[in-house]
Amino acid sequence: MADRVLLVASAGGHWVQLARLVPAFEGMDVKFVTTVAGGRAPMGRRSVAVVWDASQSSPWRLPPMMAQMMVVLIRFRPDIIVTTGAAPGVVALWLGKILLGARTVWIDSVANSEKVSLSARLVEGKADLRLTQWAHLADAAKGIDYFGAVL
Amino acid sequence: MILLSVGTQLPFDRLVRAVDDWALVHPRIEVIAQIGPSTYRPHTLKAFAFLDQGAFLDLQKRADLHISHAGMGSILTAMEYGKPIIVMPRDFGRGEHRNGHQAATARRFADTPGVHVAADVGALTDRLSQFRNLSRPSGITAHASPAFTDRLRAYLDSTRSGRE
Repeated sequence: MADRVLLVASAGGHWVQLARLVPAFEGMDVKFVTTVAGGRAPMGRRSVAVVWDASQSSPWRLPPMMAQMMVVLIRFRPDIIVTTGAAPGVVALWLGKILLGARTVWIDSVANSEKVSLSARLVEGKADLRLTQWAHLADAAKGIDYFGAVL
Repeated sequence: MILLSVGTQLPFDRLVRAVDDWALVHPRIEVIAQIGPSTYRPHTLKAFAFLDQGAFLDLQKRADLHISHAGMGSILTAMEYGKPIIVMPRDFGRGEHRNGHQAATARRFADTPGVHVAADVGALTDRLSQFRNLSRPSGITAHASPAFTDRLRAYLDSTRSGRE
């Protein structure tokens, strides 16, 4: 059976970067999650799930978003979760690893060119693979790999 | 048509006001704006707080010029569509973002053809004064290089636990 892959990105730059990576998931059963309605899935036939966004500026939005993500995870039961951030990706990786034991990948935004994001640090231990898009930020000791960049 | 966008999370009144002021003296040019939670109320821009993804993509395709905060989504999409884009980074010092990464993004794209970085409102107004002559990005493919996506796929396949 094809792997079920949950692809998570908040709307805007995170989403655009995730859409640029879809050839990696060819032939897999993919479902997308984002934070703004009206988006079309860049691949596959499943509808795009929408959860609330949250950030350090709006932490009160985190609990409802966690509940929404939980519903998505329980319904879809992904084998793999890949995210380009931000807050919904952190939540998806934590819940997906703890609840489902999913294989998890964090891809830090190409915007983080001087240091990896706070979010990337928050998923340490929950992401099996953490990628930066900047070669100079790869750090084996910290478990940050570099595979390339979306452009 | 000119499209202005500042992302969905944070206000960017300095940019919205600057473009609104410019549009006031250029009444024949249509400017559509996605201003998020900005508190400044534009007088001349056709402004929306938020647009759904389909509507926004359509505006990006229709626009002759995109003006944006230094967000990767706007920059990458403008490059893919071959649309000239003026980017003004949010200033951490003014409390316009949670950190200084937009200034780093602006520096990263300073020499990219078709991506016109404006450090401040003065530079933005300069760019706008010649907006019909701004160069276009050469256009990038819709996907990341296969070197990246193939390696990511190889990693994912390597973590399968022999279940078929």
